[in-house]
Amino acid sequence: MGSTYWWMLLGMAIATYVPRMIPLTILDGKELPPIVSGVLRNIPYAVLGALIFPAILHIQDDILFGIIGAVTAFALAFIGLDVMFVVIGTIATLAVYSLF
Amino acid sequence: MGCLVNTTFSHGLKAGLSIAIGYFPVALTFGLLAKTTGLSIMEATAMSLFVYAGAAQYMALSLLATGVAPWLIVTNTFIVNIRHFLMTAALSEKVEPAPKWKKAIYAFGITDETFSVLATQQNRQITTAFAFGVALIAYSSWVIFTAVGHVIGANLPQFLQQAMSVALYAMFIGLLVPSMKGNRKVVLLAAIAAAIHCVLYYTHLLSTGWSILVATLASAIFVEILYVKSNKNVERFTEQKEEN
Repeated sequence: MGSTYWWMLLGMAIATYVPRMIPLTILDGKELPPIVSGVLRNIPYAVLGALIFPAILHIQDDILFGIIGAVTAFALAFIGLDVMFVVIGTIATLAVYSLF
Repeated sequence: MGCLVNTTFSHGLKAGLSIAIGYFPVALTFGLLAKTTGLSIMEATAMSLFVYAGAAQYMALSLLATGVAPWLIVTNTFIVNIRHFLMTAALSEKVEPAPKWKKAIYAFGITDETFSVLATQQNRQITTAFAFGVALIAYSSWVIFTAVGHVIGANLPQFLQQAMSVALYAMFIGLLVPSMKGNRKVVLLAAIAAAIHCVLYYTHLLSTGWSILVATLASAIFVEILYVKSNKNVERFTEQKEEN
């Protein structure tokens, strides 16, 4: 991948570390405008939606593979399983599916 | 509970163990996918060592595979990880006072998962030692199993490799669904962002990187405005009622 990769990695490391570090050190105690913190509060859920769909449908050429995976994961999460068991259960279901 | 539970470093290690176990398949799969994307074991492990952000790393892999420009991958990393800003902001109210350099070190270890464990502690204050314990065991698992995944990945049976390609998305769903229950705002946020991203993806209007960025920000801003407005309407309605 060459040196471009390592520059990208440096950029990624900074882009990840700065938002983690600033509130705990520099912004400690200061408050953001309500609308800004409201939008920021929304971002995790919005980004999860955008990350899941449509990508999960296309993890394999067989679109049914992704659909079964999505339905299984939603069902396991909905009945209240811990994230870890949602991941393992979905992998197990798809492993069985791809064996047949 | 008033007793001094979960204050020491080893308490932290114990509390973080479930995260470490949970990271195992996800890091393993990352190492495996990194190999199939063409990264060396050094390059793959270095990403886990220096970036340490599951979603962003997976996204970087898929963007690298589709030949997206590196600066766009960095931009996307920032957009995906800006959520940590809120998490560490919330944590800063709950952690015990400590020198800034100590906070700056364990801040590196704040992920969705370590945040959840730390933020749900019953103690009134999170001790620095406890935060270090949780962060260290989760981080170690992530880095070590990235390398292990890169080494053994290709030796896993094909059907298992295929099945494990769902791991990240299953994790996203596992994180999202508990928040969706009984919360229409969360459902709306995820659904609108997913819908926008689907439209942009299938119409090829934007590259994947930009599309996720635009879909996320559009949904987060739109829903916020919607809720601020509807709250004002509710306030106006109750004011009118009180006047009557």
